[in-house]
Amino acid sequence: MSSTLSYFRQESLPHIWCPGCGHGTVTGALVRAIRRQGLDKNKVCIVSGIGCSSRAVGYLDFDTLHTAHGRALAFATGIKLARPELKVIVMTGDGDCAAIGGNHFIHAARRNIDITTIVMNNNIYGMTSGQYSPMTPKGMYGTTAPYGNLERSFDLCELAKAAGATYVGRATSYHVPLLIDLIESALQNKGFSMVEAIVQCPTYFGRKNKMGSPVEMLNWIKDGVVNVKAAALLPPEKAAGKKLIGELYNAPAPEFTADYDELIAKVQRTYEKFQGGLYGCASNSD
Amino acid sequence: MTSKAKLMQGNEACTIGALAAGLEFYAGYPITPSTEIAELCAEELPKVGGKFIQMEDEIGSIAACIGASLVGKKAMTATSGPGFSLMQECLGYASLTEVPIVIVDVQRMGPSTGMPTSPAQGDLMQARWGTHGDHPVVVLAPGNVKECFELTFKAFDIAEAWRVPVIVLMDEIIGHMREKVVLPDFSTLKPKRRAAPSSPALYKPYAADSDGGVPLMAAFGEGYRAHVTGLFHDEAGRPSGKSEVADALMRRLARKVEKAASLIEEHFEESLDDAEIVVVSFGCSAMSGLSAVRRARREGIKAGMLRLKTMWPFPDELVARVAARARCIVVPEMNLGQLALEVERTACMCGASTGRAAVKRLGKVNGELFRPEEVYASIEEAAR
Repeated sequence: MSSTLSYFRQESLPHIWCPGCGHGTVTGALVRAIRRQGLDKNKVCIVSGIGCSSRAVGYLDFDTLHTAHGRALAFATGIKLARPELKVIVMTGDGDCAAIGGNHFIHAARRNIDITTIVMNNNIYGMTSGQYSPMTPKGMYGTTAPYGNLERSFDLCELAKAAGATYVGRATSYHVPLLIDLIESALQNKGFSMVEAIVQCPTYFGRKNKMGSPVEMLNWIKDGVVNVKAAALLPPEKAAGKKLIGELYNAPAPEFTADYDELIAKVQRTYEKFQGGLYGCASNSD
Repeated sequence: MTSKAKLMQGNEACTIGALAAGLEFYAGYPITPSTEIAELCAEELPKVGGKFIQMEDEIGSIAACIGASLVGKKAMTATSGPGFSLMQECLGYASLTEVPIVIVDVQRMGPSTGMPTSPAQGDLMQARWGTHGDHPVVVLAPGNVKECFELTFKAFDIAEAWRVPVIVLMDEIIGHMREKVVLPDFSTLKPKRRAAPSSPALYKPYAADSDGGVPLMAAFGEGYRAHVTGLFHDEAGRPSGKSEVADALMRRLARKVEKAASLIEEHFEESLDDAEIVVVSFGCSAMSGLSAVRRARREGIKAGMLRLKTMWPFPDELVARVAARARCIVVPEMNLGQLALEVERTACMCGASTGRAAVKRLGKVNGELFRPEEVYASIEEAAR
């Protein structure tokens, strides 16, 4: 089996992320999951939006697309629908996915299009240096929440599930083996999959919230979650206020691009003598 | 299939032109007055193994088209003013990343929701300058139903040959008007396809000669493992913040379309040779303009018609030549003088020895098509 490093464009390294950032951990987890699955590098397409997390694709040795802010899933939808045989993965952040890209996110989930989406949730806009995001917990600080964030945050996993995703999981940059397992399962699901990876941003989120070191941040992340299996055995008050990690939803359903291919076959059977689009137009409009 | 006369709408002719050019992917969002294009694509594309998707908005629509184009498919979206505004960011993305796509804008009255079912031509400048940053773009404007077929077909050829987003700028009248059209025998058409590299070895996705060459384009999924980014990038496609890389990229992109300009340029003219009063127009306004010019000729006024089909790159030399000979140029358009601005600019390019035509703005913004007598009155006044 080829080395983990062989999945990187080594000439593009070192990366731009800050020391102590969690994005590299998630990128490493994705590569390990791809490696374990034995996916063909030439048939994997990784798409991202804008933000710190979205810079990951530039370092990865696949066909990679670094798109506009919030739009990764829309570009990925075009790729997947146009060539369903490709494995399409989206790498995105909490601002990119849950704020500006929120609409594309729920609609990709609704369609159950076979795209594996990895959301790196660092609870902040890192690239623009620390503004609060839809994932910043209420009461915590950002440069645009100098008195504490008044807004409630999303539970992105519940949102994905409600919108129609067929595989949903959550892990963190502290729980790396779990993260790799979840990404692997997500890659295997034929449909819309979402794995939320809670990651540390010591530079902006940490410093604004008295957790300036990566270790402090990782401890905060660890203490804020509980495994879904363990939570089931705990008295409710012990799990209260904690986010669940693990596989949260796995319910296969018909996939959009496969359905579309079936539709094509059906339409073409109906128009058996059909010789091409133009002939079809001619017959239809007569 | 043999060619035969058919009665069809501009939007329909546009869709058939796209299919004749080899359309394989359509993503769009419903909006008046362009929706018929989406409806026809939804019906026709599955028959040829193509894909149609109704996206959640126009931003997603153009993004999906760019994605489909990157895997090697010919892709198109269609919209109208409000949706066209939403597409502007990704239009710039396609321009910088050199991804061929075709965008149809069937113009309606704006700004804002405006008068959704009424014609207008107020997106001329948005089509050219709507996205942020300097960028090349090609804009074609059909003036009748047959040209909706021809220019949409041509839009794909230009997009593929020059790796540039091409906008087909229609309007509500052109899109909804029905005319008898004789379509060519499609088997005689030879649609172009982008030039592709032959091997991943040493492939650089953005390597081209500095004179404005067009880089070879590999499809995703073919073993090239290319990186495409909306950041400024070097020849290998890697992000770069170097000023010399940015400068070279910007200038190559501009030169690419400048060099294509003379090959792309297309117009219609009538009675221009001895014309003293020239009507310069496009799209629906030019229909009324031509009628007025013909009446003026019957009345003994030396009037001529120049209808532009290539709006951008603007045909500077052509318009300057007309401005050097004519006494007055009348510019009827369904906005408050967007085309007139360009005509005035090019008229200023005339040398002192040749003289320079006066430019008369004839803007109309009430959602009603010009009546020929309105344009005629302007010609007649100029002739006095």
